[in-house]
Amino acid sequence: MKRRDFVGLTGLATGALFLPGFPSLGGTLVHPERLLETVDPAVKKRLADSALNAAKSAGASYADVRIGRYLNQSIFTREKQVQNIASGESFGAGVRVIANGTWGFAATNTVTEAGLAKAAQLAVAIAKANAKVQKEQVKLAPQKGYGEVSWKTPIVQSAFEVPIAQKVDLLLSANAKALENGASFVNSALFQVNEQKYFASTDGSYIDQDVHRIWPTFSVTAVDRASGKFRTREALSSPMGLGYEYMVPKAQDKIAGPAGSGLTGYKNSYDILEDAALAAKQAKEKLTAKSVTPGKYDLVLDPNHLGLTIHESVGHATELDRVLGYEANYAGTSFATLEWKKQGKPYGSKIVNIVADKTQPGSLGAVGYDDEGVKTGQWDIIKEGQLVDYQKIRDQAAMVGQDHSDGCCYAQSWQDVQFQRMANISLQPGKQKMSVDDMIKNVDKGIYIAGRGSFSIDQQRYNFQFGGTTFHAIEKGKITGMIEDVAYQANTQEFWNSCAAICDQSDYRMFGSFFDGKGQPSQVSAVSHGSSTTRFNGVNVINTARKI
Amino acid sequence: MAILSKDEAQNILKKVLSFSTADECEATLNGTTGGNVRSARNAISTSGALDNVSLAVESRFGKRSGVATCNEFDDATLRRCVQRAEEIARLAPENPDYVPLLGPQQYLASPLSFAQSTAGITPDYRAQQMAATLQLCEQRKLSSAAFLEDSAGFVAKRNNKGLEAYQQATDLTFSITVRTPDGTGSGYATADYNDASKFDAASLAKTAADKAAMSRQAKALEPGKYTVILEPAALVANSDASLLGAMMSAMDARSADEGRSFLSKKGGGNKKGEKLFDERVTIYSDPTHPEIADLTFAGDGRPRQKTTWVEKGVVKNLYSSRFWAQKQGIPDLPPPGGFIMEGGTQSLEEMIKGTAKGILVTRLWYIRPVDPQTLLYTGLTRDGTFYIENGKIKHPIKNFRFNESPIIMLNNLEALGKPQRVAGNLVPPLKIRDFTFTSLSDAV
Repeated sequence: MKRRDFVGLTGLATGALFLPGFPSLGGTLVHPERLLETVDPAVKKRLADSALNAAKSAGASYADVRIGRYLNQSIFTREKQVQNIASGESFGAGVRVIANGTWGFAATNTVTEAGLAKAAQLAVAIAKANAKVQKEQVKLAPQKGYGEVSWKTPIVQSAFEVPIAQKVDLLLSANAKALENGASFVNSALFQVNEQKYFASTDGSYIDQDVHRIWPTFSVTAVDRASGKFRTREALSSPMGLGYEYMVPKAQDKIAGPAGSGLTGYKNSYDILEDAALAAKQAKEKLTAKSVTPGKYDLVLDPNHLGLTIHESVGHATELDRVLGYEANYAGTSFATLEWKKQGKPYGSKIVNIVADKTQPGSLGAVGYDDEGVKTGQWDIIKEGQLVDYQKIRDQAAMVGQDHSDGCCYAQSWQDVQFQRMANISLQPGKQKMSVDDMIKNVDKGIYIAGRGSFSIDQQRYNFQFGGTTFHAIEKGKITGMIEDVAYQANTQEFWNSCAAICDQSDYRMFGSFFDGKGQPSQVSAVSHGSSTTRFNGVNVINTARKI
Repeated sequence: MAILSKDEAQNILKKVLSFSTADECEATLNGTTGGNVRSARNAISTSGALDNVSLAVESRFGKRSGVATCNEFDDATLRRCVQRAEEIARLAPENPDYVPLLGPQQYLASPLSFAQSTAGITPDYRAQQMAATLQLCEQRKLSSAAFLEDSAGFVAKRNNKGLEAYQQATDLTFSITVRTPDGTGSGYATADYNDASKFDAASLAKTAADKAAMSRQAKALEPGKYTVILEPAALVANSDASLLGAMMSAMDARSADEGRSFLSKKGGGNKKGEKLFDERVTIYSDPTHPEIADLTFAGDGRPRQKTTWVEKGVVKNLYSSRFWAQKQGIPDLPPPGGFIMEGGTQSLEEMIKGTAKGILVTRLWYIRPVDPQTLLYTGLTRDGTFYIENGKIKHPIKNFRFNESPIIMLNNLEALGKPQRVAGNLVPPLKIRDFTFTSLSDAV
């Protein structure tokens, strides 16, 4: 039976209908108060040991177990009403083993010593069945055990502790702002995630972690019935590894957009009311905005837009599993092969420095330890335009002659097997003082793009096409007004080599992807991408208007 | 415990309803058991098994509704679950889109949705099927990456208005990408079934391997408008957006009536009854179709019946929520599961034979909406793109990015082939003129 059937039957997906690209969170629905109860680590240790012992007895040379409670709450509203409130909980355990040099995995929602032992035995049986057709043995990078340790996202207030009524009120107030300012329709949503996960392995680690993430968002639609035309303007928020404090706007987190754009950028807190009001005005403006003339333009890309371009053209391209061919049947491979890296060709211009980071405060990817018990850190991916390293996990390190994992292993829940996922991948700000206005005053013919839009890239990460949420024409150093029907097409290497200027640290903000999909069965993960506003010269822009 | 019989499931649901004190109560049980295995670089990489049953209870007081779930089935847990749903319902705001729960319904039988051959799959079966693909690719000195996933499950539903539903279903989905060792060729094949006895991984591996070998050393063509033959896997997809899938999921009445859909009419209303496509385009859904047997009820308990969505190019029906159907006085149609696009009798080979100049597309990838107004989508060709001249495949070509709308595409129809099952749908290969490729990609 297709997953979509089951998801459809829970009714969870209904609120997402007008928010394209949001998968259903799945999971199950529970009373909000129950979400605050936690399971005693001592109980989890006893359960974990039963799985590890059963796996070893059945013949595993390595085993790990993840006992997880994955909470998600999503609130969907439209105009003046609540469409859906889904409080989901999923509790269970996944056991991963190596037996006869081959991986095996089994998951169960029977979280008892017997249930976990049975899952461990099934995982070993699967490993042994697969080992019969296997020629190469799994080689794990050595990993010391950390004993009993814990980590928690440094939040001020858990979103799960805030009464639902308060959260609903905020979304409906944002909708009201949009309607007051001329929106025909507005859909808003608040996604909240809390992963209470316990990892134990035969290396001797027992790691208890409490991870939080949040994403407020909306889509405002303006309809002109007479012409039959409609336009949308999405929120300029970002999903973050923060608690409910992100929903409380603070003046120091606001960065004024370039003169003439009317936009505001947001750092560690978001003003949903202010953004909803502006969104309605801009959605209406988009109905009559001039259609872009196709051609070459200098692009000035806001961090809330550039993050997705970084994600697709650098983040995915430098994942070692893709580089080695493990994702060939689905997400694809990468142009940035080991041979390509050896050739020393420039990935980008000299000012392009890109860092992988699993520790950045407020980021979606921040954890203390990854899902195979490796302590997280930070490392260079692109240095002065040159590719210097990849993102890798324990069973890949030996394949590139390294002896350590980067701590990038993640599973979306207890019932999915962990595998290599993207770390936060961020463009480092420019070293010289430069504001967005400083940058724009030197652009003769350009487009300033903010927010996420349509995005598509090939399976080896060469050719991409991106849209955006707002497009402003730049003529002779000044923003002259909104334009529409814009998408840019480029080749990853040409694009990053056309990177001409990067604003300084004061403009640095994080963009995030809350539901990044990869793997078979497909799993989502959340990851942030920081940058300051950046200029790219001579990029090919197409006009996307059509008649049907 | 994953697959409960009808009686076992309904007995649990009856007990759940007996604990209810709400005005309305509906309970749904979902169970699934299954496994998967994945390969890459000619070796098995990951694999797994899953077994889970969960209960969802929706309680309503007036227009207020609450949902709670659990996955244990002793009396105390069930009672607690009902109580939680009722507590949430009391806290919830009134829903202005409220419609009462459905009463007793008649559902069609769709016995072929479940096959014991699939429900009985073992880890050894998965390993053997995968081994056959590894062996074939090794012999031909090619590298494969594949994924096999199977599941057996049931859904049972019951409410205090008399609705009662139960159905079992199975699914097996397989896909394989075969690449040449020099990285210049890549081929793809996919298939899915209710009944695993129809599945043969090796024959699909052969198709992908043939395409990989044929696609090495591709030549570049200039981007522009070309006649294309899109194979079914280029029209619908299992795990990614697709041109026909996107069009079908945009056939919602409410967004059309609200003026924010390709089906919205200038000045108000929607385009139901208008001819929007070539007259050879007919699309319907039928959950009892033996090739794509599906659940015969939707998530809210509405019966799924044979429904025509597009007939001879004319939009015949739009789906909607129950609320919107009642408000507008339109047919109360749930969205379809799988859909069937009628085709012709020609095989893919015959369609190629009848093509003077064109491009054969195995698969389209990373398809994303560009403009919801026109349903303009972008994406790329992948894993086997070939130039056709004088009825023959002449040579492989480099991949293209396209910017195209399925609405425009289904007006530029040249020919339809014999429908095949992909991702739970039956879709013919389509020959389309003036398909818009906007740039070249170096990706293989």
